[in-house]
Amino acid sequence: MDLKEKLLSSFIAFEERIDVNSDLHNVRTEALKNFENKGFPTKKEEAWKYTSLNAVLKNDFSVFPKEDSAINYPDVKKYFLHEIDTFKLVFIDGVFSSFLSSTTHDGQDICLMSSALTKPKYKEVIDTYFNKIANTDDSLTSLNTAFASEGAFINIPKSKIADKPIEIMYFSTGNEAALMVQPRNLIIVGENAQVQIIERHQSLNGNPVLTNSVTEIFAQESSIVDYYKIQNDVLTANLVDNTYIAQKGKSNASVHTFSFGGNITRNNLNFYHQGERIESTLKGITLIGDKQLVDHYTLVRHATPNCESHQNYKGIFDGNATGVFNGKIYVEKEAQKTDAFQQNNNILISEKATINAKPQLEIFADDVKCSHGCTVGQLDESAMFYMQSRGIPKKEAKALLMYAFSNEVIESIKIPELKARITKLIASKLGVNIGFDL
Amino acid sequence: MLSIKNLHARVEDKDILRGINLEVKAGEVHAIMGPNGSGKSTLSSVIAGNENYEVTDGNIYLEGEDISEFAPEERAHKGVFLSFQYPVEIPGVSVTNFMRTAINESRKANGLEEMPANEMLKLIREKSELLEIDRKFLSRSLNEGFSGGEKKRNEIFQMAMLEPKLAILDETDSGLDIDALRIVANGVNKLRSENNAVIVITHYQRLLDYIVPDFVHVLYNGKIVKSGGKELAYELEEKGYDWIRSEN
Repeated sequence: MDLKEKLLSSFIAFEERIDVNSDLHNVRTEALKNFENKGFPTKKEEAWKYTSLNAVLKNDFSVFPKEDSAINYPDVKKYFLHEIDTFKLVFIDGVFSSFLSSTTHDGQDICLMSSALTKPKYKEVIDTYFNKIANTDDSLTSLNTAFASEGAFINIPKSKIADKPIEIMYFSTGNEAALMVQPRNLIIVGENAQVQIIERHQSLNGNPVLTNSVTEIFAQESSIVDYYKIQNDVLTANLVDNTYIAQKGKSNASVHTFSFGGNITRNNLNFYHQGERIESTLKGITLIGDKQLVDHYTLVRHATPNCESHQNYKGIFDGNATGVFNGKIYVEKEAQKTDAFQQNNNILISEKATINAKPQLEIFADDVKCSHGCTVGQLDESAMFYMQSRGIPKKEAKALLMYAFSNEVIESIKIPELKARITKLIASKLGVNIGFDL
Repeated sequence: MLSIKNLHARVEDKDILRGINLEVKAGEVHAIMGPNGSGKSTLSSVIAGNENYEVTDGNIYLEGEDISEFAPEERAHKGVFLSFQYPVEIPGVSVTNFMRTAINESRKANGLEEMPANEMLKLIREKSELLEIDRKFLSRSLNEGFSGGEKKRNEIFQMAMLEPKLAILDETDSGLDIDALRIVANGVNKLRSENNAVIVITHYQRLLDYIVPDFVHVLYNGKIVKSGGKELAYELEEKGYDWIRSEN
């Protein structure tokens, strides 16, 4: 039985565990129908032209995780930003781990999607926000919606600044021979509220994993949301991340994606503007080798006047790695005075590495400032010689140059400890032991 | 200190150096002059180990050791320093961070511990004062947006930090106004000692008023065609390079 059939037939078993007499269930069955019609995306679709899931889908994935996997904090401490105090939402093989988590309902809800989806007191919130900006046309998003049951639920009320950064962690233990998980996150950031979130998916062994994640973020008037995704997984881990962000007027939302590892990593990042004077920031550093693939598929939909969006993606590709950057900026007729900027710079370290870059601008307003730039290059030889002539060995000079190349993105990380962590990760990826800043 | 024997080098099938012989002793300043295209910058690049140039014959010895096959960083660790004619801009790497990495890599290669942070800061303060460099300048990205003069002053600052045995100054005077030239030359002169040597590569005699050479060599067509004392520089200035061309 192939994975699609397996998923479709397991929906009946899934229904036994949930309330089938709810509006939510209608949403699920609609979503399942869409997945059934469309199936998994293939390379025949323009949006998946460069990324094939075929080989990954051949694994015999378990789709319902076991409930009894446990891990000890000391074994996974290194994956957390342990230098500072944070809220933690930790999931092991898709199941919430209260033992490793640190949640709250005090002045802000930082808790579980499973509670939000089932408890009556959250019904109104779920009715208002759940699946409201996720693309119901997209087959993988639909698949997630059909089975959505666990993940992070974050609701920061009006004028509240979240007390601490929030870490959302998805571990897979390898207790299953091959595991498919579908986390679903819902994040609502109220008027004038602020929050910082770090999300990470981490496999703790070498068994195949497929994560199909959906995150919906609602940034209300004048709110500030900073979201950081750390993708530094093992070579058997695959991730499709579907993130949807709706922004109201004067809000400021940023997503930084650090893609340093994994087999196939696909990021579908979508911003929708629903008010004036919005600022959106999409930044990323991709640093991969071997046969890894990282595919960034971004969309910023400018629908309202006087808004800004800034995209800056840096990619460094070694070995047989493949990078894809497809950045779409859509400016509707009403969105006058839009300022949309997109930059995508790539360095190919090896002759066998590939980058496919495609900016797409669709502009229907006439008074806008839109720019995009894409570069593909090798390391600057003259800079290498300059550094070497000062006594910096080739490997370190290369690392310093690559660090400098990604610095624009690192600089805008607002959590200092996270900035230090990312810097360290880059150094270790490049195999050097040098401090990049003084 | 430096001994170059019968050095031939080329870049992309084009022979540029055609048999250079040069002896530089500790404590000496040598000037290498010559018209454009005579091979001056190639010579400095080849001594520093630029891999874009292929050494086809001859050897370079530093304190008796053949460094012809050494990587640029190994030569730097042995005490070779090249002040670039066109210093490279490296966005995202601060001057301070660059210097710290360079010094510690050299120390590591020479079996020394990393320099403690306070010592490093003291050294930076001392050397930046020598070159009259504003401290704010040091946290800026290396050479990025620096004026021509700032770049050159920064090169000599790096030289001061690294304290090389052999410093090669490639057209350090180009792009400098008279005040900057004085500061740079003053810096170089203060760094001179019995134990190090300087090679000044220049098109004009002007810099040699400030950094006074013990020997002047004229490079033409990839060969040293004339050598003499500092008066040779004046003679060249007076007669022009046509004088050399007509004789060769």
